[in-house]
Amino acid sequence: MNFFLETLVGGLLAGVMYSLVAIGFVLVFKASGVFNFAQGSMVLCAALTFVTLREKNIDFWLAALLTLAIMVAIAIAVERVVLRPLVNQPQITLFMATLGLSFVIEGLSQIAMGASVHELDLGIVDTPIKFGDIQVSQFDLVAAATAGVLVVALSIFFSKTRVGISLRAIADDPQAALSIGIRLQTLWQIVWGVAGFVSLVAGLMWGARQGVQFALTLVVLKALPVLIIGGFTSITGAIVGGLIVGAGDSLAEIYLGGLLGGSVSTWFAYALAVAFLLIRPAGLFGEAPIERI
Amino acid sequence: MTSISSAEVADFAPARAPGRPRSGVSIGFAIAALAVFASVPLIANDYWLNAILIPFLILSLAGLGLNLLMGYAGQASLGTGGFMSVGAYATYNLLLRLPELPLPVSLLLGGVIAGLVGLAAGLLSLRIKGFYLVASTLATQFFLEWLFNQYGWFSNYSTSSSISAPRLAVLGHDLSGPIGRYLLTLSTVAIVTAVAIRLVQSQTGRTWMAIRDMDTAASVIGIPVASGKLKAFFVSSLVIGIAGALWAFAYLGTVDARSFNLDRSFEVMFIIILGGMGSIVGNYLGAAFMVLLPILLDHVVSGSLGGAIDAGQLENFQKALFGGLIIWFLIKEPNGLAALLLRGRQWLARRTAP
Repeated sequence: MNFFLETLVGGLLAGVMYSLVAIGFVLVFKASGVFNFAQGSMVLCAALTFVTLREKNIDFWLAALLTLAIMVAIAIAVERVVLRPLVNQPQITLFMATLGLSFVIEGLSQIAMGASVHELDLGIVDTPIKFGDIQVSQFDLVAAATAGVLVVALSIFFSKTRVGISLRAIADDPQAALSIGIRLQTLWQIVWGVAGFVSLVAGLMWGARQGVQFALTLVVLKALPVLIIGGFTSITGAIVGGLIVGAGDSLAEIYLGGLLGGSVSTWFAYALAVAFLLIRPAGLFGEAPIERI
Repeated sequence: MTSISSAEVADFAPARAPGRPRSGVSIGFAIAALAVFASVPLIANDYWLNAILIPFLILSLAGLGLNLLMGYAGQASLGTGGFMSVGAYATYNLLLRLPELPLPVSLLLGGVIAGLVGLAAGLLSLRIKGFYLVASTLATQFFLEWLFNQYGWFSNYSTSSSISAPRLAVLGHDLSGPIGRYLLTLSTVAIVTAVAIRLVQSQTGRTWMAIRDMDTAASVIGIPVASGKLKAFFVSSLVIGIAGALWAFAYLGTVDARSFNLDRSFEVMFIIILGGMGSIVGNYLGAAFMVLLPILLDHVVSGSLGGAIDAGQLENFQKALFGGLIIWFLIKEPNGLAALLLRGRQWLARRTAP
């Protein structure tokens, strides 16, 4: 029973790490309807920039600030160069454009900062803490707390600030929002900038966990089932989805993996996500579109 | 409000160019193209056949398969690599375990098996739409990749992860040489393309287009949406499965699960987006672009900067340039190369008209 609980808790906390990436997706999809495949390369780019600055002995907070500035610059460039000319194109075209964008960001950031693996030390001691009989990784607890703070901050941003309320208006009804004078293009830049900030946080967490390297872009594929389960438009969904995927993944690895004679973690999260979709086709917290003819 | 919601539903529908129907390639043009391709072995060397023409034809075929599903029936999928691997492994096992079957029959049966797997994956589309469907086709992709790696039966318990393909022969003629493999690929692609053109002009094709343009409306006027979607998944995966078998036997010469990964799915999707969704010619244009562009980039970059930068940097540079080209292309011509070709033909017709 203890072993089960330990696996479960470990899985839940690992799931929060996936949620960190998924939140960036949700922000962009909610505000612009763009399924942003480049989120993974933004995570890589942020982590690479930060770690390169740190290796030049720049202060932690200054490095974080500079990285954030670069992510915001990328956000503005993306809106100007990619999104603006493609406005009103089918969603699938925009999706393909973000695929191209992910190639560009990956290629350029590796040209500028190299492709070798960097160590990233955030100063978090990773010794397990005991709660009763269950051991929990301290790093995972910090990651979970970070995600929690991020979610609270984002929900305050969305419900209390003027920009956040305008973003909700655009997500709700773009034409009505435009007609009352909300500037779509500025808001897209802001939301991509916030997504850049989220990818910086995710990049730091993932980079500290497994080193800053190209494999960071693959966290996108781990975040997708989280998104499907939670729904593309809900930040709460991203967290709940992350918890479900994390717990399901690690339990399946232990109990199902042995049964099938191999690692099931590459596809199990997806199978789980599909099972959820069959019951709720727009995810747990997603809004089912109303179809009119 | 109504305009927005209809725009949302039509999101996956490619815009059609005005004028003649896209698939209406004239028969004369098709015969001429076939004659040109059939006479290519007389002049082309082995490098051209092996490195350019064979992968070009096979990728066109895979593009055609995905285009039937995505461009005509409006169901986006990222499981292409997985379905290709089903075709390849099914054909391999048919050739291995039932050697008395002639090669074309094994190829077709391998395609049918891939089609059935596609049908099973397509059941999801009855309930799930849009990007949720795209993401859930990834489940198929990853599961199939895992399956062929995990269980040795599929690769006849080969010790290495790639297995060499059996000898290719039709009616006693050996097709293992470059020319033989080229002609096998060419005739398969020609036959499948002819069938596909007929299919999209038939009742089935019209059903698909109705589903693509707006499936709620289609179901209201009594078009069988569910069976139409399943048919699309079956036919598409069948074609993709044949392409996968050809990729393994006629191009690589080995059956290797790693060559059917997610990158392959993306590559085929790039082909049809660049070539033109809902267009038969577009698949060939898109595949030519995807095969030729990296070779061209390689020559240009190493020619102008040769030796100045190391191989890793060159690869990153190519990657960034390729991504940039894709974005540029989507902005300049979101309906793909086929629309460009159509505009070119119309311009030519205007110029030559008295």
